[in-house]
Amino acid sequence: MRSMAYIQLNNQLPGITGLLENRPDTGDPIRALTQILLRGPNTLTELERELIATLVSYKNQCRFCTSAHAATVIALGGSAELLNQVYNDLDNAAVSDKMKALLVIAGKVQQLGTAVTPENVAAAKAQGASDKEIHDTVLIAALFCLYNRYVDGLGTYRPEDPAYYEKLASRLITVGYTRPREGITVTGEASFH
Amino acid sequence: MAYIQVPDHVPGIRSLVLFSPETGKHLYDLAQALLRGNSILSAAEKELIAAYVSNRNNCLFCMSSHAAAARCLYGDAAAVVDQVLDNMTQASISEKLKALLHIAGQTQQSGLAVTENDIQFARKSGATDEEIHDAVLISATFSMFNRYVDGLNSFTPTDPAEYVPMGIRMAEKGYVPPTAPVAQ
Repeated sequence: MRSMAYIQLNNQLPGITGLLENRPDTGDPIRALTQILLRGPNTLTELERELIATLVSYKNQCRFCTSAHAATVIALGGSAELLNQVYNDLDNAAVSDKMKALLVIAGKVQQLGTAVTPENVAAAKAQGASDKEIHDTVLIAALFCLYNRYVDGLGTYRPEDPAYYEKLASRLITVGYTRPREGITVTGEASFH
Repeated sequence: MAYIQVPDHVPGIRSLVLFSPETGKHLYDLAQALLRGNSILSAAEKELIAAYVSNRNNCLFCMSSHAAAARCLYGDAAAVVDQVLDNMTQASISEKLKALLHIAGQTQQSGLAVTENDIQFARKSGATDEEIHDAVLISATFSMFNRYVDGLNSFTPTDPAEYVPMGIRMAEKGYVPPTAPVAQ
């Protein structure tokens, strides 16, 4: 497997982290958008919003993002079994009926915006989903269609060691998606590189 | 009608940003940095990549508005915009831009569809790492915008004439978030 991205970066960091550090002009607004969507005040829990991110990354076959957000779901109290249900058997997954309807919408957004039907939205509203919850579900799913393409389209380095993703998940829970003030170094979570 | 309660008669992304200004601010900041920041690619070329990807994602609003902005920025060479939308390989543009549009098209399908050969071909045509980066990120970003706009079924004018003033505004002012519904 490749140990370097398709383009020269100004750092040795893997996956999306290397890309965001390489280009703060675009990386900063992407980070700020993610922080408010996944960590801002919301009637959807952080676990529920991370489930949307993980499902979309899984459907896009982006292994870096799927590993990172699956580890985050688990660190927030989810489980590998829950993830497997969400990927393969949503009807019987251990989430609320409202979340099932929102995850259906997220799956449609992953295909294409025009794949979302009025019936998909009506089903979510019938389970009590608010306009903001529907909005945020669509935008989180769309944002991960950006991330997954950015990470794989530039062929970024993907660590194999599960411990790397556990450490990354820990940062995404304690610090969130904004850039840590001290920066991100190869002696931190990327020490497995 | 949009799937959620947004201001009436405000088209596309602008209606969504008025619904959710706290996320909209960052979306506009990203568009401004990516499409108007200093780079080797011109603003016209970057708008062309955005229109090309939006067309492939069947997003009529984004395709029409970014094609209008690209025509405006290309000026006398505006015909290349419709050539690219019609058949990119036959368009009167540089081999480098064709190679970058090809990478953007692969990214639009899936990040995994971009191959090392695609990258090498772009390099041989004179593309730098920065240009390859921008082609991938513009495509990825419009794969987000297109899904946001259509996934919420936002208002999409169908008369091409309505996009002309939008294109002029985007070319002249760049990406400034709307602050209130625009009176018609």
